[in-house]
Amino acid sequence: MRTVSNEIESIKDPGPAPHVLRAADVNPRSEKRAEQQVAILFALSGVGSLLLIYSYVFVAKDVFIFIPVMGNQNAQQLGLGIGMAMSLFFVGMAAIHWAKTLMPETEVINYRHEFRSSDEDREDLIKTVKEGVAGVQLGRRKLIKRAMAASMGLFALPPVLLLRDLGPLPKKQLETTNWKSGTRLVTDPGNRPILASDLEVGAVVQTLPAVADSEHRPLSDIAKDPVLLIRLRPEEFNLTSEKLAMTHEGIIAFSKICSHMGCAVALYEQTTKHLLCPCHQSTFDVTRGAKVIFGPAARPLPQLDITVDAQGYLIARAPFSESVGPSYWERNSQ
Amino acid sequence: MLLVIALLGIGTTFNVASATIKSATNTFDRSAAIEEGKQIFLKGCSSCHGLNAEGGAIAPSLIGVGAASVDFQVGTGRMPMADMSTQAVRKAPVYNAEQTAALAAYVATLAPGPKIPTDAQLNYERDGSTAEGGELFRNNCAMCHNFAGQGGALTQGKYAPTLMGVEPKYIYEALITGPQSMPVFSDKTITPAEKLSLIKWIKSAEAEPNLGGATMGRIGPVTEGLLAWILGLGLLIAVAVWLTMKAR
Repeated sequence: MRTVSNEIESIKDPGPAPHVLRAADVNPRSEKRAEQQVAILFALSGVGSLLLIYSYVFVAKDVFIFIPVMGNQNAQQLGLGIGMAMSLFFVGMAAIHWAKTLMPETEVINYRHEFRSSDEDREDLIKTVKEGVAGVQLGRRKLIKRAMAASMGLFALPPVLLLRDLGPLPKKQLETTNWKSGTRLVTDPGNRPILASDLEVGAVVQTLPAVADSEHRPLSDIAKDPVLLIRLRPEEFNLTSEKLAMTHEGIIAFSKICSHMGCAVALYEQTTKHLLCPCHQSTFDVTRGAKVIFGPAARPLPQLDITVDAQGYLIARAPFSESVGPSYWERNSQ
Repeated sequence: MLLVIALLGIGTTFNVASATIKSATNTFDRSAAIEEGKQIFLKGCSSCHGLNAEGGAIAPSLIGVGAASVDFQVGTGRMPMADMSTQAVRKAPVYNAEQTAALAAYVATLAPGPKIPTDAQLNYERDGSTAEGGELFRNNCAMCHNFAGQGGALTQGKYAPTLMGVEPKYIYEALITGPQSMPVFSDKTITPAEKLSLIKWIKSAEAEPNLGGATMGRIGPVTEGLLAWILGLGLLIAVAVWLTMKAR
């Protein structure tokens, strides 16, 4: 009976694979051909460089040539691009082809050696470090030691202080807009007040809250104040009575800032009464108070309560009742 | 004194008479055009839009759409539609300029609506401002028609067409009539002068030379990325395979 050995038989080192000679190593004609190929590749690279120089120096900037599929192209840019691509690509290709076909490629064994430095070198280093530490004389020079400690401590303070620039907190800025009770809606651009009769059925207007002529409208306000006015036939609405009361003669006003990521929602399809956000295709149904019917937005666009003032111009009856734009920490997605 | 009154009387009568004659010829031409337009309408449009342009299950009413709407839809070949697909596409117009004008004149008689702008109203080179047009375009048009006016996708296979190469008249008419999915941009909220600025900006975008080489449709990172991933990455893979291949 044979006993089964627990020892695993060691695998023998198979050594390097047998060397296979390349065509260029054995056949002088192949060698000659490889040599010519490398030369041709270098020449192509040279042609590319010359094309680049030619395009830069001799081709006018405003010459356009027709290339099938690509259409009308600026001849100089095309020449520069193709020239640079050729000069870089073919010089690399030539070098690699040269190395692969002609340069020696016999396998060589390189044995690994120990990384550890010799004992003398190690002792030498320790001695140098100790000498250096002694030379600093920290034990004796108490004044320098304390001054250095103090300055290093102060040095750490400015970065901590600069953390202040992470603030201040936005406070109410995210919750409020410049729409107040009685604010006129004005065209953007143009800043003209709008009469309800200015809008035909099917019309849209981009609006901002009116500011006095002398006042400057900060860009950050344009990021949250825009309102889109849309006029429908009043019978097309399918709204709750309170939302319907916020419209005026078929004119409905929504915040233009998407409740998903804050893009400008203004892609309005007159036929379907759908309002789309061009960024992530959130689709809002205008007839149902901008209810989300497709896409990643989680809640309808806030609706602005509008009416007209004594002169018949459209005004906001009340500020927005909720924050406009995307969710943030203190505002959940519902 | 009597003489003066008599002379005045004769002069006034003559003026009134000549004015009547002038307007009579105009009326005659117009009524002929309207009659011709009605015949074209009955033959070419009424099967969908109804015998009295009252609309039907598959086509909207044309009462009150105005001459501008007819000129846009028929002049750009969108109407009559070739098939009942999601959207009327621009194609070679079916009716010539005269027939289109007659149709427009007929539809304009049904109810008042936007008029066709005259050449004098369309002098955008003189009356428009490119900078203002750019601001208006980014606020009102760029979402659908793309920031370079190249057009873009809407929902369910609908799309906003490219604005490149569109005649100023048709851009103006589209703004005031709101064809298909496009909303109306009223003259009161985007004034006629602002509309000309818009047209001037679109024309300047059209004339913009492609100094940077291939535009790839000017539709942004989609085509550029696709090309870089497919062609660029493909080339890299091919080079990597060749690099590791052993020479024979």
